[in-house]
Amino acid sequence: MTSLLATVGLVKRFGGLTATDGVDLTVEAGEVHAVIGPNGAGKTTLINQLSGEIAPDAGRILLDGRDITGEPVYRRALMGIGRSYQITSVFPEFSVLDNVVLAVQAHAGHSFSFWRPLSAEAALIERARTALAQSGLAARLATPVAALAHGERRQLEMAMTLATSPRLLLLDEPMAGMSLAESERLVTLLATLKGRYGILLVEHDMDAVFKLADRISVLVYGRVIACGDPAAIRANPEVRAAYLGDQDAAVAA
Amino acid sequence: MSPAVRRRVDARVVVAVLLLGGLALVPMISSLIGGPFYITLFTRIVIFALAAVGLNLILGYGALVSFGHAMYIGIGAYAVGILSHHGVGSGWIQLAAALAVGAVVAVVIGLVCLRTSGMAFIMITLAFAQMFYFLAISLKQYGGDDGLTIAARSDFGVFTLASNTVLYYTALGVLVACLIAFHRLVYSRFGMVLRGCRSNERRMAALGFPTLRYKLTAYVISALVCVIAGMLLANLTKFSAPSYMAWQASGDLIVMIVLGGMGTIVGPVAGAVALLILEEILSGWTTHWMIVLGPAIVLIVLTAKRGIYGYLVERTARHAEARASPS
Repeated sequence: MTSLLATVGLVKRFGGLTATDGVDLTVEAGEVHAVIGPNGAGKTTLINQLSGEIAPDAGRILLDGRDITGEPVYRRALMGIGRSYQITSVFPEFSVLDNVVLAVQAHAGHSFSFWRPLSAEAALIERARTALAQSGLAARLATPVAALAHGERRQLEMAMTLATSPRLLLLDEPMAGMSLAESERLVTLLATLKGRYGILLVEHDMDAVFKLADRISVLVYGRVIACGDPAAIRANPEVRAAYLGDQDAAVAA
Repeated sequence: MSPAVRRRVDARVVVAVLLLGGLALVPMISSLIGGPFYITLFTRIVIFALAAVGLNLILGYGALVSFGHAMYIGIGAYAVGILSHHGVGSGWIQLAAALAVGAVVAVVIGLVCLRTSGMAFIMITLAFAQMFYFLAISLKQYGGDDGLTIAARSDFGVFTLASNTVLYYTALGVLVACLIAFHRLVYSRFGMVLRGCRSNERRMAALGFPTLRYKLTAYVISALVCVIAGMLLANLTKFSAPSYMAWQASGDLIVMIVLGGMGTIVGPVAGAVALLILEEILSGWTTHWMIVLGPAIVLIVLTAKRGIYGYLVERTARHAEARASPS
């Protein structure tokens, strides 16, 4: 069976620094595959290569067995790769609803329509409302994004990514900067998404990672030093030494 | 929609209608005062307002600061000049030729320029405009440095632009049509994509939009509006000259937009009216009028941060509010 996403010998160098060092990694359909590692391990660089924002120096990226290494960002998005950003990346001058409508619009044919107002496109708006209800923002439709709290912006970021009906989600630290209650809510949301999407999750919140992940890869200096199910990763001595360290106690508790 | 927001929307309509209604009365007032001077001045104003509205589509709604849009005014003007020099006086043929050449130039130059952004985009658009400026100077058979005199204004069959009044209302009609079309455009799918790119292009691509295609389309539309403005300008002055494409002319368009209110549909019209009337009055007083105009622009931009149009809308809204709730 071909994996939903597979990388083969992916390499990215920035000058003398090897940010991605021969990474072979797969995400199966319906699986949550978490990538953890210390700061500077190359996690965001990896996601940026998968989404197409930076080009790898060597190696290939396969989506459903098809080589997409040379495809531009927008075409990968249309093929079903949806991503969220570590730093919230929404459109501050639009309303919450318009942000999500724009995400739906990207996957609903071309946008060379110059006369008909977007507010008259009932089908787009209906789908956007559904995505917002799913993410718990149904009450904030008309609010300008500039007026949203940080946690709500993270929720919107998620709603936009889901509204593009992806098959593969690349989530770059979705819990960054969230309060405890907010991250718990997001974990619940992600748990409901599990099984429907293939998810590559980069996250520092170890509770969330061990709760959600089917498999975990540990990235250190651009290299995958271990890959396995949560129990195996927790037991791996190399991982404990390289990364988990003092957080180990918290995870075990 | 909250009452305050609705009042603001109403105020926008009021200001726009007053502005355009005032412009519609110019020929009558001009004939009352006597002399074709005012109608000529205001035709110039309407034509530059049209060009500024065109540029504002990419500058205000796409954050693409083109410092070379006078080049498209020049293309429109030379299309009329060169064709009429060879005895082609039909406005339709001139229009078709101007739009065709303008579109080809805009697609090619747009594809190159839109690969850059920010300061690089400003500089590369300026560089292309300067190339066309010197190209026009080198066209010796078409007057070179001195420009090209146009024997007769464009003839559109059903009407000709020979009369000043017809030319004025044609220009005003095109301006109003363009304003209505752009008003629809910015709230359409296309307009939302353009504004999304202004805000966060990286995110737009990650959502699945081929952003270059949309920005290029906006660039071409904006260029073609300036081409039409150039055709009208050549008809007004019966002349096409390299100076129409000078970088100062491109700069004037940007000043009009900033002065009037960036990212509003009608703002550039207010900016064009203000700048050209100020220029006219000051140059009547002194030959060193630029020394006065410069600080005046700085003052207006600093006090009315959202431009003259934004200021007028704000005032009208407050006025309406005061009348609605007398205390």
